[in-house]
Amino acid sequence: MLCFAWIFAKGRPLSYALQQLINGLTLGMVYGLIAVGYSLVYGIVGMINFAHGDVFMVGSFLALIAVLALGDFPVPLALAAALVFTMALCGLLGFAIERVAYRPLGRSHRLAPLISAIGVSIALQNGIELLQGARVKPIAPVIPGGVTLLTQGSFAATLSWAQAAIMVVTLIVLGLVSWLVRRTDLGRAMRAVEQDRMMASLLGIDTARTISLAFVLGAALAGVAGLMFLVYYGVIDFFIGFTAGIKAFTAAVLGGIGSIEGAVLGGLLIGLIETFWSAYGSAAYKDVAAFAVLILVLLIRPEGLLGKRAAEKV
Amino acid sequence: MKAALQDAGFSALIALILALPLAGLVTTPNEAYQLTLVFHPWPVAAMTIGAFLIRLLWLKLPRFTLPKARGFGSWSLVLVALLPLLTGRRGLDIGLLVLTYLMLATGLNIVVGLAGLLDLGYVAFYAVGAYTTALLTTEAGFGFWTALPVAGLFAAFAGLMLGIPVLRLRGDYLAIVTLGFGEIVRVVLINWQSFTNGADGISGIPYPRLFGLDFSRAGSASVFRLFHLPFDRLARQMWFYILALVLTLLANVVVARLRRSPLGRAWEALREDEIAARALGLNPTRLKLAAFTTGAFFAGLAGAFFAARQGFVSPESFTFMESALVLAIVVMGGAGRQLGVIWAAIVMIGGFELVRGFAEYRMLIFGLALVAIAVARPGGLIATRLPSVRLGWVKSDP
Repeated sequence: MLCFAWIFAKGRPLSYALQQLINGLTLGMVYGLIAVGYSLVYGIVGMINFAHGDVFMVGSFLALIAVLALGDFPVPLALAAALVFTMALCGLLGFAIERVAYRPLGRSHRLAPLISAIGVSIALQNGIELLQGARVKPIAPVIPGGVTLLTQGSFAATLSWAQAAIMVVTLIVLGLVSWLVRRTDLGRAMRAVEQDRMMASLLGIDTARTISLAFVLGAALAGVAGLMFLVYYGVIDFFIGFTAGIKAFTAAVLGGIGSIEGAVLGGLLIGLIETFWSAYGSAAYKDVAAFAVLILVLLIRPEGLLGKRAAEKV
Repeated sequence: MKAALQDAGFSALIALILALPLAGLVTTPNEAYQLTLVFHPWPVAAMTIGAFLIRLLWLKLPRFTLPKARGFGSWSLVLVALLPLLTGRRGLDIGLLVLTYLMLATGLNIVVGLAGLLDLGYVAFYAVGAYTTALLTTEAGFGFWTALPVAGLFAAFAGLMLGIPVLRLRGDYLAIVTLGFGEIVRVVLINWQSFTNGADGISGIPYPRLFGLDFSRAGSASVFRLFHLPFDRLARQMWFYILALVLTLLANVVVARLRRSPLGRAWEALREDEIAARALGLNPTRLKLAAFTTGAFFAGLAGAFFAARQGFVSPESFTFMESALVLAIVVMGGAGRQLGVIWAAIVMIGGFELVRGFAEYRMLIFGLALVAIAVARPGGLIATRLPSVRLGWVKSDP
């Protein structure tokens, strides 16, 4: 990453590059959180949960409502409560979506779940637009201030407290998820269903419940990402889920879909690439950058950076 | 019944918990443009009761079954195709829209239905076709009829260029890469100001001519001027409609012939089992490329028609929603069935237009309808897929 920064940094102060690194990592954390949700569901059910980006969007609205409602409380307390609230309700939303739109389809033709997911995505977007209005929703910075890390010439690189909070909370949440998947019974059940659903159910694992929990967990993480996005940017609208969703999926594929560490790594890379591309190249084409990288990765290493190459069974 | 009530009550409870903040607490700007929360009880009540009733009906209502596709004969389609010519302006407008989407769906049916490749960025080729036509006719002096094949070929070329690198990928990766490609094309169209005129789009695309005459209001080649007739918008719409009908028909005939050709059978073999197809000596990459390119060609034609009919193109017309709509038509038509796709286009676009009255709720209804249809009939709305070619000794399917 540092050499990445160095290549681009020619002609600009180092502090500028450092600032982009901080911004890129923060953005990457948000993408990483969403990407983990894609990865969990894809790993277990083998479907692109197309509505996941919009669950993130709903999460950011839930966070907005919580932050506004708790405006009178001290900031750390309000944010902690907002985090719990957003995670719980997003998880519930994920549960409801799985029940309504995916479970009844069973293991039918693989196009039907995708159509259903696209339907959920459209319904969530337009539902929120109808309920909360189409205008952008700006709020005053929730966590003001920051610390100046490096001043060079006229440019000072600062790490805002919001960015620091995002990074810390994301790392804690991801650590918990990693522990959940590696060490607990639920995680073991998830990995078993991922490897062989039929065999897992024969060995007494409630596969339907495990799949449902994967959706709930993924949605809760998207909720965390929604809160982070709100805290970082301070402005949301009903359409943020689409682009963020695609980029997060790109991140999941980039890191190796099905792998949680891969999703986080992919998210960080996409965040960094996008930030550096806009900072040193053209901001108009920043969305193109992520996809160009995705296509390159798929050509050179289709299983992703941390993915395992799966043999096709006949 | 008790279990159903309990289940519905549970659904209502979930709906209530989710609706309470999302629908009940509406973020509203106050005089100082700061967001405040305003409590709205009615949407919450509506969503809770709605969830309860829908779940109850879902559990208690018998599954609906539509008559078999054979019941809708091809002949009834002729009637439906002629209907808009008799119903005036509004009918023609809807008919034109249905036909445009049908052209797109026919092309996508090759990719998704026949070859089994999931393409979420089909709109990119539509855009390439439309912009090729727009640029050729406004900048290079081409007429519609010369621009039409060029638009198709350009779109096919774009399909080839995208296909060569990505078609080695597995299905879901393909889906996401094509989705990305669709977005890239749109972003480029918006930002390449000098070539595409950016977000403002390109206007002044000439109307298609018929034997050197067009249906414009006052141009030198206007039919109305030549025959000293009063200008009639309806006549122009009818001309567009007939043109679209002919193009769609052509596309359908070509695809129907392709299906029964060795190429079409190879596509279907690939769709059913790629490994087996490869073992039988087919080259999957080349076949996929052929499907992708052919599908893109038809999207290009549809784009050319779209540009000529609107007289104006802008990047706004080529969003992911268009791809989703066309894909929904193909899948709901029973992926691979041509007749099913035709009916799905009529039902979906027609239905979509009928709820235009509730413009705000239209997209919400569309999204919910997609879910409902996918859940109720995962094999397709109208028809399920049947093999294109049957061995002689198989009498009929049960």
